[in-house]
Formats: sequence, C-alpha cells, structure tokens
Amino acid sequence: MATSRDDFVIAFRSAFLKKKDKQKFSLLTLLFLSIFVIVLSNYNFKLIKYIKFGINEVVYRVSFLISAPEKKIQNINSHVKDHMKIYENYKNIELELEAFKQKELMNKFLKMENDKLRKLIDESINSKEILAKVLIDKESPFLKSIILNKGTKDKMKIGMAVVDGIYLVGKIIEVNFTNSRVLLLSDLNSKIPVVLEPIGMQAVVSGTGGDNGKIEYTKEEYGDEIKKVDIIVYTSGLGGLFKPGIPVGKISKDDVKKINFFSDFRQLEYAKIISHSIESNN
Amino acid sequence: MSSLNKTIFLNLLFSYFPIGMLFLSVFNDFDFNYLKIDYFSFNFVHILIFFWTLKNPDHIGYVSIFIAGIINDVIVGLPIGISSFCYLLICTATAYIRNITLSPNFINDWLSFLFAILLINSIQVLILDLIFLIEIDYLEYLINTGFTFLFYPVFFIIFNYINEKIIIRLND
Repeated sequence: MATSRDDFVIAFRSAFLKKKDKQKFSLLTLLFLSIFVIVLSNYNFKLIKYIKFGINEVVYRVSFLISAPEKKIQNINSHVKDHMKIYENYKNIELELEAFKQKELMNKFLKMENDKLRKLIDESINSKEILAKVLIDKESPFLKSIILNKGTKDKMKIGMAVVDGIYLVGKIIEVNFTNSRVLLLSDLNSKIPVVLEPIGMQAVVSGTGGDNGKIEYTKEEYGDEIKKVDIIVYTSGLGGLFKPGIPVGKISKDDVKKINFFSDFRQLEYAKIISHSIESNN
Repeated sequence: MSSLNKTIFLNLLFSYFPIGMLFLSVFNDFDFNYLKIDYFSFNFVHILIFFWTLKNPDHIGYVSIFIAGIINDVIVGLPIGISSFCYLLICTATAYIRNITLSPNFINDWLSFLFAILLINSIQVLILDLIFLIEIDYLEYLINTGFTFLFYPVFFIIFNYINEKIIIRLND
C-alpha cells in the first residue's frame, strides 16, 4: 500500500517538476505563471492595461491575416449558394419591395409626426455613426463576440450600440487602441432592455448561446398578449445605453419563447457603431 | 544539393508540425464550429496538445503551449490565462501518464484523455462561472467534451502517422 502511494507521489512530482531536455521551464513554473496572469488580468493597473492592449492588438491582427484564406473559402461557398437561389430570391424580393414601398409612405408620415411631437416637448436625439470592418468573427461555442477595426483612436467607448444596417447586433464590451470587441445579442451574457411592439411591453432580451434570443423579466400576466400577434422587438432606450427604437428581432406568435434576430451574425462584414445623446431644452 | 535542401526543409516542416498546427488552430479557431451543425463542436487544441505531449513532447514545448493559451483567450474573449492553465493541466496529465505507463496502449490513452478533458473543462467552467461570473452553457461544454473524446481516435491515427514520419526522418 505504502509502495503504491510512493509510486504515485514520485510520478506526480516528476510530472510537475522534471524538465525534459528541450523544455525550458517546468510545468509547475508555468502553471503558477498562468495563475499569476489570471489574477493579474483582473486588476486594472495602467501598466497591465497597456500590456493587455498590446497583446490584443497583435493577436487580433495576426488572427485576421491567418484566417483570411478560410474566410475566402467561406465567402466563395456562400456566393455559390446565393447564385443557386438567384431566381427564387428575385421573385421574393419583388414582392417584398412592393410591400416596403407602401410602408415607406406610412413611415415618412410617422417620422414627421414624431419630429413634431419631440419639438413640442423640446427634446431631440442626436446620434453619431462610425463604420467599422469586422476583423474576427470566430463562432466559439461558448462566447459569442466579434472584433471590429475601430478603437479608442476613433472615439469608441464601452457600451456603444453596434448595428448591421438598422438592426441591432450587440454592444461594445472591450476597447483597444485600434480595435474593439462586440458582445453579440446571442451571447448568454447579453442583456438588452427592449420594448415589445405592438403590445408596448417592456422586457429584457437575453442571448441563449445559440442563434436566437429569449425574453426575460416580464410579468406572467402579459403572457397571453404575446401569443395573439407577431411581435417586433425594439430597443427601449431605458438605461440610456442604446438609442430607443433600434429593431432587434421578431417573435412569432407560434413560438413566443424565441426571438429571431433580424441580423445574421455569421454574415457580418461591416457594422456601424452608434452613439447617441438625448437633449432636452427644458 | 537541391535534394539535400529539400530534405532539410521537410525535416524542419515535420519537426515543427505540432507547434505550427497548435498556433494555426488557436489563431484560426480550427474546430468546424462555423458549420453550424446543431450541438456540434469539439476542441481540436485539446486533442493536439494531449497527443503530442504524450507521444513526442520534444516537439511541442510547454512555453509554446502557454503562449498558445494566451492567444486563445484573447481571440475567444476569455479572461487571459485560463486557457494556458487548462492546456498546462493537460500537459500535467500526459506527463503523469508517461511516468506511470510501461507499455503504451491506445484504450488507456483514450480513457485518460476523457478524464483529462472532463477535469479541465470542469475547472474552466468553475473558474468562469464562480470567479468571473460569466454565464456559460454547461450543456455546450458537455457536448464539446463528448465530441472531443469521440474525435480523438481519428486524429490519433493522423498524428500517429506524422509522428512516425518525424521519428524516421530525424533518425535518418
């Protein structure tokens, strides 16, 4: 019994401490170093912050270059698929265009009405947009995020909304000098205050880790209202982080537990970062 | 002369293959996750590190593994140092297996691999969930571990073939 325990201890000690000829450090040293790095990366000292920025800058750029061939293959694949469906898409788009033309007239009227009402209460929303290219869009099974090529030098700040066209994609969670990380709506850690229209219910959209989102923090009694109509989810602007009225996704009355996001996060090549301020003249 | 250059080049290519693949896979996130097959994901880096540190540790340094972990954390967006810690734990497991194994056996290696990835994924989940308060999907981790375990024999055959080539070439 004592011998087998000794064998275990010797094997374990040897695994941790013994260096092979070509290894420069023992495993134990590197394990301690990685624990040290984990602890250190949690502190926001200036020096650590700059080292982190430096590492991020270099790694993002190299990863962008290395993943270029794979991205090219994926693009070719997606182009071929698009060409195969070109006629079918054309017919659908024609029908959609007609519907949109009719809606646009209505929207123009609503926008003018909205502007007039804002003038009446002396409130105006000013927003600025920055266009950015997606550097890395690795679909990790655990964390859903993308890297954009705009950073503090372009006046990017943590918390800014990121949109694809007019659709919300996520928010900035990390800013480096020339790039930044966006937490996608589909990530489990993403929580966005929204309003569900046309029923006007306030809620929070949370990611599921998959391609969809789900609604959280709504009162149970509103449950039946959701099931009656298809619902469009917009940002509510509560908390002041996002501009109100950015379209997020759609909830079908047949499956109220799921939000289908308008934007396809896998197809993102460019994104817009929106900052806004609500000015009240009162 | 040109054949000598070719041989030197091939020797270099083979001997740096494990490290090259390691860095390529962390920079490029090589795991077919983009295929978007429901519930399908596996961790290629875990297989690569386990195999090479077990079979031929001279060709994959611990420092390279540590740096690869840092790069992986930056790309995936995890707190820096976690992947390095987990990768080095795999190295610890393989070093231990090497010390206690007299006659290597594939089934033993495969089962040890399962134990190692279950352990490191559990540690990673604990660190992320309890210390960093990052919400994660336990099921995703479990499925990822399952597929990584199932894919081990496929990559074992490929890596074993390459490892034999390396040994033959370097002994020539």
